[in-house]
Amino acid sequence: MLPKLGTRGIKLPKITVWRAIFAAILLSGLYATYLRVFYGLGGATNLSDRFPWGIWIAFDVMCGVGLAAGGFTLVAIVHIFRIERYHPVLRPAILTAFLGYTLVVVGLLYDLGRPDRLWHPLVMWNPHSVMFEVAWCVTLYTTVLFLEFLPVVFEKFGLHKPLDWIHRISVPLMILGVLLSTLHQSSLGSLFLIMPEKLYPLWYSPILPVLFYVSSIAVGLAMTIFESWHSSRAFGRALELPLLASLARVLAVVMSVYLWIRFLDLSHRHVFGLLSQNRIETWLFGLEMLLMLVPTVLLYQTAVRLRPGALYACAVMVVFGFITNRLNVGTTGLEAGSGTHYIPRWSEVAITLSIVAAGFAIFRVIAQYFPIFEHAQDKAEGAETTEQREEPVTVG
Amino acid sequence: MSRAILYDSTLCIGCKACEGACAERWGLPYDDKIAGEEKISAHKLTAIETHGDKFSRRLCMNCVQPACASVCPVGALQKTALGPVVYDAEKCMGCRYCMQACPFQVPSYEWSSRLPRMRKCNMCFERQSEGKPTACAEACPVGATKNGDRDELIAEARQRIAEKPGQYYGKIYGLQEAGGTSVFYLSAVPFEQIGLRTNVPLEALPETTWRVLELVPDVVSTGSVLLGGIWWITNRRAEVARKEGRH
Repeated sequence: MLPKLGTRGIKLPKITVWRAIFAAILLSGLYATYLRVFYGLGGATNLSDRFPWGIWIAFDVMCGVGLAAGGFTLVAIVHIFRIERYHPVLRPAILTAFLGYTLVVVGLLYDLGRPDRLWHPLVMWNPHSVMFEVAWCVTLYTTVLFLEFLPVVFEKFGLHKPLDWIHRISVPLMILGVLLSTLHQSSLGSLFLIMPEKLYPLWYSPILPVLFYVSSIAVGLAMTIFESWHSSRAFGRALELPLLASLARVLAVVMSVYLWIRFLDLSHRHVFGLLSQNRIETWLFGLEMLLMLVPTVLLYQTAVRLRPGALYACAVMVVFGFITNRLNVGTTGLEAGSGTHYIPRWSEVAITLSIVAAGFAIFRVIAQYFPIFEHAQDKAEGAETTEQREEPVTVG
Repeated sequence: MSRAILYDSTLCIGCKACEGACAERWGLPYDDKIAGEEKISAHKLTAIETHGDKFSRRLCMNCVQPACASVCPVGALQKTALGPVVYDAEKCMGCRYCMQACPFQVPSYEWSSRLPRMRKCNMCFERQSEGKPTACAEACPVGATKNGDRDELIAEARQRIAEKPGQYYGKIYGLQEAGGTSVFYLSAVPFEQIGLRTNVPLEALPETTWRVLELVPDVVSTGSVLLGGIWWITNRRAEVARKEGRH
């Protein structure tokens, strides 16, 4: 399968701090899995009748799907809007999306009371259910992502015939992918529309689907910058800085649009008064806003966009701002309305961390053995950019 | 003709006969310890609550337009024409969206089971289908829980309030809550004082998501035309650029 493996010799991997942490996370995840399988949801989570959804939904599913939004965003930019200079970051974005969605399904297998019935929504329909729509979209879109990723595999093994075949259906496939993403990224917000009395007014809004959609585009772009930075360090390759800098410009604009819609929504619903209350919700809302406002303002500075460290820090802030938002909507914002408190049990955290760690590891292995970034580099050198041209910078 | 339950808190003596009858009807264990639990759970589908010298009863409201049935991705929950909201455990995949969506926090989950189900009162659908009253109404020695035709029970509740205005907090809980339910409450005091949620929206909740979901076909059709059109233009531009580059 992976012919290059042999040429590196049979050396045991070096023990580093990160590898030790990685192993510890996976071991705790393994034990938590045992608890989940043999003692049920009650044995592995702090969920209750009053608080039936925890971080496996709010993080593994809601953040997982959002963080994978770079896939559809970049497909739209490169293949539909034909802004070809972003081609170098397209493949990593598609790989992230494909992995992201696969891991969302893994997360669901933990969270569903009856994971053996994961397929039920495909045959037992209820078109009035947002969850039904999300289930269909995620299933179809994961298939689309698989097909969008296949060319990488075909290239690697020099299979030209199937490559031609897949190129022929690529345009409708990509349009379908963007449509499916638009639907379910927004629908994850629609899930909460039916709980007007439970979700805290700083987050409950009739335009939740719009807010979820726009923020997913922003975090998709931020994740693309995040991945490029990490992979350039991991593989010692040049960072496509001018390209990422101009992507950061787009990110700043999308974030501004998001924050403006958010401001309008809060002001139309007259809920700013709530911010004077000293409650946990106020502080978490503040944290969310801080993590989104700061990078947005910073990214308007050319100097910030062209400094790899600063650019990376901004992307990370956007990602954490996004995660805070989804956790607020999915957990914190529901506590007061449900009349209860929820703190995830260690085993819930262990499984979530294991899924994230597995995501990083699998991404790294695939990026190492498949043409994800090499492909990128040839194109990057020839690409024309409007950003100030600089010599490629190697970080780390 | 749809069926309903009228619970009159002013008549209830807190004897918990309804709890015992309910447990028996579902084949659930019932003893002093369980009788002492004043909340509904996966092993106790109705519960008598004590609020000072007042009693209240918790059970599924069997809403006219149930949020639980509208959110269930597999259609495991259905509102029947008879009135009860019924649950098919064979379809349920355990996403627990019904629990999250219920404004009355009724559905319970078998958290410690390896093959868990959601549990809730279904207003004795099986018994009522055979023309029998619900187990709780049959067991109630003082007529605090009454089972009957929905419209007739509403009329009766109104009549009770009209006849003894001093004894009742002049409203019927369940008439407007969540767009209307099939379980009604009468009380001597405001409903929050007997533990009922009074911040429940007065509109039918499925509307809140349907308003967005019904746009899906529009989004898909407009989106395909828009994206296809943009591609058509940008592709042509790329073709022209390629040709000009060749010259």
